[in-house]
Amino acid sequence: MPEVNLPNLLRSHAGGQRSVRVEGATIAEVLETLQGEYPGLSGQLVTSEGDLHRFVNVYLNDDDVRYMEKLDTKVQPDDTVSILPAVAGGAQ
Amino acid sequence: MKDLSDDRPAAAVQPESDPMPPGTAEMKCSVLHLTVSQLDEMIAHCLRAYPEEGCGLLTGHATTGTVAKIQPTRNVAASAQVYTVDPAEHLRIDRAAEAEGNSVIGVFHSHTHTDPYPSPTDVSQAPEPSWHYVLVSLRQEVASVRSYRIIGEEVAEEPIEVH
Repeated sequence: MPEVNLPNLLRSHAGGQRSVRVEGATIAEVLETLQGEYPGLSGQLVTSEGDLHRFVNVYLNDDDVRYMEKLDTKVQPDDTVSILPAVAGGAQ
Repeated sequence: MKDLSDDRPAAAVQPESDPMPPGTAEMKCSVLHLTVSQLDEMIAHCLRAYPEEGCGLLTGHATTGTVAKIQPTRNVAASAQVYTVDPAEHLRIDRAAEAEGNSVIGVFHSHTHTDPYPSPTDVSQAPEPSWHYVLVSLRQEVASVRSYRIIGEEVAEEPIEVH
């Protein structure tokens, strides 16, 4: 079962856990399962249009899924999915 | 000796701290602990990045606000007005911090021509309420450094204790 690493901001929605294991054969399925098991995560990862939120970065092992098949990226049982917030800002 | 043909600000530093405004209990107790060399490292990275905004992450102990490492990163926005920490570098730094028993506890970035205070963009895009947000202003000849906590839309300056 894939392992999902959560950023600090979202851990409170998963019982304080840094890492959880959820089923899923694609990134979309993993995130859907994640949100189903931890409803507090709903709406924070995927938009209502079904796209990855632009302020969320998702990695399959070491690779950014935006440069792969995005939410359709296939996930193996021994893969690690890491979720990190985009870190941005500026004077403007 | 400062090269007068070089319009970049000098590398000196003025860590500043004012009394904290009223806020949450967490904000009231918040302090960022840095060493002199860490302060210099942040400023040096921002000066090297000039005229673009420089940025990087702070790793260390979340509960005490003690910085273990300054982690300069690439600004993938490559802009003088906005920054975006390279996501791949963020992932690498996050993993390395965990392996060392630390965590990412904040971010620093420069304002090349404005004061060291979080802009509306900084506030709206602040990703983690538990983080320390360090601003390095290059507006004056002497770089100015301040640190803040940003929780929701609430901004509170915190003291920087330099050791």
